[in-house]
Formats: sequence, structure tokens, C-alpha cells
Amino acid sequence: MTIILLARMAAAALFALPGIGSWSSKKLTVVATTPDLASLAKVIGGDAVEVKALAKPTEDPHYVDAKPSHIVTLNRADVLIEGGAELELGWLPPLLESARNAKIAAGAPGRIVASQGIRMLEVPTTFDRSKGDVHPFGNPHFLLDPLNVKLIVAQMAERFGLVDPKTADLFKTNLRTFDAALDLKLAAWQKQLAPYRGAKIVTYHQDFVYLAKRFNLDVVATLEPKPGISPSPAHLAKVIATMKAANARVILVQPYQNRRTAETVARQTDAVVLDIGQQPGALKNTDTYFALMDYMVGTLATALREQK
Amino acid sequence: MHFRARTAILAAACWLGVGTRAWGQTPASLDSLRRGLGAVSARIDSLEAGLCPVESATVASKPSGNARADSLAAALDRLNRRVEAMRPVGCTGRAGAESTAPDTTEAQPAAQVPPQPPEQQPSVPAPATRTGGAYMNLGFVGLTDFGWSTESDVGSLQLGDHDPRVRGFTIPNVELALDGAVDPYFKGFSNIVYKLDENGETGVELEEAYFLTTSLPANLQIKAGQFFTEFGRQNPQHPHSWAFVDQPLVLNRMFGPDGLRSQGVRVSWLVPTSWYTEALISVLNSAGGTTFSFRSDESSDIHGGAPAESGVRTVQDLLFVPRIATSIDLTDTQVLLVGASAAFGPNNSGPDANTQIYGADVYWKWKSSTARQGFPFVSSQTEVLYRRYDAAARVAVDDPVVTLPPEALSDRGIYSQVLWGLKPRWIAGLRGEFASGDSAAFGSPLRGDRFRLAPNVTWYPTEFSKLRLQYNYDHRQGIGSDHSVWFQFEFVLGAHASHKF
Repeated sequence: MTIILLARMAAAALFALPGIGSWSSKKLTVVATTPDLASLAKVIGGDAVEVKALAKPTEDPHYVDAKPSHIVTLNRADVLIEGGAELELGWLPPLLESARNAKIAAGAPGRIVASQGIRMLEVPTTFDRSKGDVHPFGNPHFLLDPLNVKLIVAQMAERFGLVDPKTADLFKTNLRTFDAALDLKLAAWQKQLAPYRGAKIVTYHQDFVYLAKRFNLDVVATLEPKPGISPSPAHLAKVIATMKAANARVILVQPYQNRRTAETVARQTDAVVLDIGQQPGALKNTDTYFALMDYMVGTLATALREQK
Repeated sequence: MHFRARTAILAAACWLGVGTRAWGQTPASLDSLRRGLGAVSARIDSLEAGLCPVESATVASKPSGNARADSLAAALDRLNRRVEAMRPVGCTGRAGAESTAPDTTEAQPAAQVPPQPPEQQPSVPAPATRTGGAYMNLGFVGLTDFGWSTESDVGSLQLGDHDPRVRGFTIPNVELALDGAVDPYFKGFSNIVYKLDENGETGVELEEAYFLTTSLPANLQIKAGQFFTEFGRQNPQHPHSWAFVDQPLVLNRMFGPDGLRSQGVRVSWLVPTSWYTEALISVLNSAGGTTFSFRSDESSDIHGGAPAESGVRTVQDLLFVPRIATSIDLTDTQVLLVGASAAFGPNNSGPDANTQIYGADVYWKWKSSTARQGFPFVSSQTEVLYRRYDAAARVAVDDPVVTLPPEALSDRGIYSQVLWGLKPRWIAGLRGEFASGDSAAFGSPLRGDRFRLAPNVTWYPTEFSKLRLQYNYDHRQGIGSDHSVWFQFEFVLGAHASHKF
């Protein structure tokens, strides 16, 4: 163990020398807080950027540790892409304070806030934590609506071009290609889910509202009684009653949520529990945004067909 | 304009539909036209939704040999160009938001986009609204302790300023935290602490008030004002983020009931290595109530003599606190953070007496890669400190006719704590501590051998509230063993600053 550690540190020291190692490459260094933003940045940036994600695909993006290695990553970033809307409030501010990187300071071209310009859902009209940990800027899980993605990638291409003007044309080309592909994909996804218009689904957290809205699904209940509050037996009893009344028989659960709670509810409602990661890479073969959405839409369509 | 484009598409779609039925031929070219129509339609939808669709590659319109199909393809081409022409208009202004024309193409990309209010242009920041003040985060933390101890003089056992000091109820720490960006160059932070003492009297202290630079070159950062000195791991933390009800013994002995903090400047350098390494040095006033091992009025507890009065004459009258910390990710789920700190400054046993404190700290944390709300995790934190206090010849406080001889007072201590985040919102903790000092020409309860073991359980109903139950087994050499049970409740209002790792 010690030897491995020493070797690591020696290797790290070597790479820290100027002119050696990946950091000295000419590529734009893009850091995204979450893997979904990172995968989009890879598409827009192509070979001209080096993309790193801070949160792991399987990790709850609200609760990432502000570990020191992230400080170093942020210190060397040319561009930072954050979800915004206080998604990363618990861990990004202290990291940025320590990273002391003016290139990604608030307002700099290198700081991309994905939520800017997004029409947020569930923006509260009053700020009251007795209603749970409600985000004051609205629900931050907006990347499941492909139209929001279009807005975000456009912003990425523009900002990448501002930070690295020499490569701006490449970013524009990548954006055009992706955008056209997304148009076709969106049409296909909508077609796939069209037969299930208005289908009733249940989620663990309020994290599929944008998906539901875009594809005309109806989230009739969440296992959490309020955002961020763990499910209580009394609330689950209500959820079960709601599901039976609405004939909702699909429950969506992310890898970091409590699958056992969902299974318990599913047993009593004859429902099926679907493992759906919102982050590319959280589940097998979902490494890109398209693969992720293909999987998500496909899994949903299959489940809704079987449960019909 | 959108209306017109939409109408054209509808017309084209109808035509295409009719055509398909009528001819039932050239399915390949029709499919490609249909896809093209779907794409154009989606881009118009984007325009309507206030988005800025980029120009997409026009569907290739190879002559198919069928005049009607070719003319349709040409029409589609024109439509594409018109959408392109609309792009800048759509991106700078607002148009067509009220259009709810039904989409009749077979593939209905974004057909259900509802009317949306004006959107921001991607690169223009959205107008921000905030909870609390517009330019300042406002946080408020209230801490209440309740408990009982076999030692009736609880204050002799629980020495920290934010520890429970009496049997029954205590409100040892209520923080008002204010922070925000001062301007593009500085951030400001202030922590004002209110507490009720044993007699119910309210005490107020300006615990911290400092500014921090945000844009210095060369990875440098300066903090100036009154702040908790970055020595070791727990000293810079506010009681609100401690894992136990009370201050560790060794920190109490070295830094006093309030921890080491003073007025001064701290310079930090993020070393340009590929793993995290930060070097810091603080230069501080050595006098005041919170520089316990230095020129504090309360330092008689350490050296047994009457404090000597001295002001700042040279740079050696200041307190210097260097620190280096480094961290690596052992695996994807494990992080190790180690640090070494020291503090050098004058003490007030005599005019030229000095103190040196050395400390090492290790923090390790494992967190599951599928952690739910940050759980489960296991963390371990250990700090060990050594102090050499060069006491000058001084008049004993207990007996003014006695002069204590010059002597070097050596003290040391360690605490080690393990936290186990069992499941969301539940943490079990165990802390073991030992502190001792070499014998000297006088006796002090702050220098005798002492051992303490404290298991506890903490439940966080949410991130904003906390309930904690802790048991302390305490053994003081020459005094004996004591048992205490403490219950702690804490609430957080507003936007309390997030915690460092």
C-alpha cells in the first residue's frame, strides 16, 4: 500500500513539472460538475477539449464531497460547467473558494451555468423549508428534457468559442451536428412514448418532472413526502393508495436512491421498479446522452407496454 | 412569421400524406422528406419555445426522378433556409409564443411545447432572485445542550467555551453568519456568536470577521481580519460542524476554551502539484483572550505565574502559524488528507519567553460510490499536538512571595475519532483522547494526565437540524472518574455557508 502511494506521489510529482503531463496540453480543460453535463461538453468540444466530471455517475449530485482533489481540478480548469439553480450549493462554493481560478469565476466566459435560460419547473412562490429542501430557483433536474439540452449545448459552443476562439468553428460544427441528431432523436423518442400519453408513473424524488412534461407522462406521486425528506410509512401508505386509484404501476429509482423502499411499494401495487440513472455511465451502456435517453425511453416504453 | 412557416409545413405534410396514399411509391425519398419535415418542425418548435436552434444540415435532396418529390424537396430546402433566416430574429427578440398550432406530422418532435414566457439568451445571465439578502448570505445556527454529569462543577470538566457548562440546559453557541462577495476582488465573512453563560447572562463575541481575496495571481490567496487560525483540522471549524458535543481536550489545553484565533493575515499558496497541496502561513497578534499559549491574560493556567505585560516591539512579538496540508484520492471512494502545523510566538511568563506548538493531523474518509444523501460513509480523524512552553522566572499567582524558576513546560495530547454514517441521516461516533504534561514547579489542572472516551449518536432529521446524544467517560489523574451524558439539539436557518472537506 505504502509503496503504491509513494509511487503515485512520485508519478504525480513528475507530472507536476512544467511542460510534462496532460495539464500542459493545448486542449481546453473543461470541468463539469456532473457527468451529464460532461458528456454534452465532450460532444461539443470533441477532440479539442479535455473533459472531467466532479461527481460520479452513481452519486447524488446534491451530496458530493468537496474533496481536495477537486480543488486541484478546478484550479486548472479553463471552463467550468455547473448545473446551477443551487444543485451544487452544498459543495461547489467551498471548492471554488479554494481553487482561486479567475477563469471560472462567476461572470467569466469560462463559467457556464446550465440552468441559465432554462424555463425552470416547480419554482416555489414562497421560501419555506417546512416544505422540504425545495430549491428556490426551481427543480434542477432539467437535462431530461432534450429541448433544454439544446439550449445548454448552444451555450457551451458559444462559450467554448469565446474561451478558445481558434477552435470556435469546430465547436459550431459539432453543435450543428449534435443539434440535428437531437432533433431526429427527439422525434423518435416522442414516437416511442406516444402510445403512453398520460401514463401514470411514480418516482422516488422529484427528479423526473422535466422528462414527464416533455413526454406527456404523469408523475402521480413521489416516495419522498417532501424533497429530501426520507419516506415515512404513513406517506408510503398514501402513495400506495394513490397508485392503486390511478393504476400507476411503474416506479423510477436512481442508483443512489433506496430501491428497497420502492420494491416494498411495488409489491403492494403490482408495480415494476425501473432502475434509471439520470447520469450517463450510472448504468451499463449509457455513456452518452443519446445512449442514456435511448435506454431511459426504451425502458419506460417497455415497462408501460407491459403494465398497460 | 412562425405562423407562416408552420402553415407551409402543414401544407407540405398534407401534400406528402396525400401523395403517399396516391402513389405508394418511392418510399425512400418520401421517408427522407418526412424526416426533413420532422426536423424543420422541431426547429420551429424550438424557436417557438424561445430557444435558439442552430442551423441544421439540410436534408439531402438528391433528385429522385419523381417531379413531385423533387419539388417537395426543394420546398423543404426553402423552408430550411427561411428557418435559418428567422434564427437571429428568434434569438434576439420574442415571436410566436402564443402559437399553439397542432402538429400533424407523423413524427411530432416537441409538438407539445406549451407557450413559454420569454427566455434568456444563453450567454446572458438570468436575473437572480435569492432567499435572504440580495448581496449577502445570511445564516443563523442555534445550539442547545441538555444533560447531567457526576461532576457537580461541570465547568471544571467541560472546559470549552461552547461545551455544556452546567447540569441541565445550556445554550453555548448561537451563530449569526454573514458572507458574500464584496466585489470582484474580495469575499467577506463574519461570524457573530451569542451565548448564555451559567448565570443566564448573554455574551456576544465577534468570533470571525475577515475578507478573502479571490483573484490574486500565482495561486495565492490572502485572508485578513479576525479568524480561526488554520492550525490542524478542528481548530478552524465552528462548533456547529463538530462531530462531538465538546472541544477535544488537547485543543483546549493548547488553544484555550475558544480555540486559537486572533487578528492578522493569512497567506495561502496552492502548490502547483498535480495532487492537492496547500501551504499557509498566518501572522497574528499574539495577545488577547484567544491566544491561550501565547500572550493571553488567561495563560496563568499554563505557567502558574502572573502574566507579564508586553506590547509589540519587534516582529518577534507576533505569532507565526505555518501549515502544510496535502491530500490524495486513495481510490475512487477513499480520500486521505494529512497536515502538519506549527505555531511560534511569545508568551507572557516573561518579557522574552516563547512558545512552540507542533501538530499533525490525518483525516481519512470512505464514502460509498452509490451514496444516498452522502451515506453510508466511514471517516477517521486524528490530531496529535506537542507544546514546548519556555516559562521565564515569574511570580506565582497563588503566592506572590514565591518566584517560580525558569523552566521548559512540555505538554502533549492526542484525540482520535471515528464516524460511521450508518444510513441516511444517522451517524455513530467514537472519540478517544489523552492529554498530559510533564511535571513543573507548580500544579495546574490543565497539565495533569487526563483520558476521555466518548461514544455518540447523531441524527439529522434534515441537513438543517440535528439531534445528538453523547456519553463521556472521563478520568482525571488525582481526581478520579466521571460520567456525563449530553443531549444536543441544533437548528440552522437561512443559507449557512457550506463546509469544507
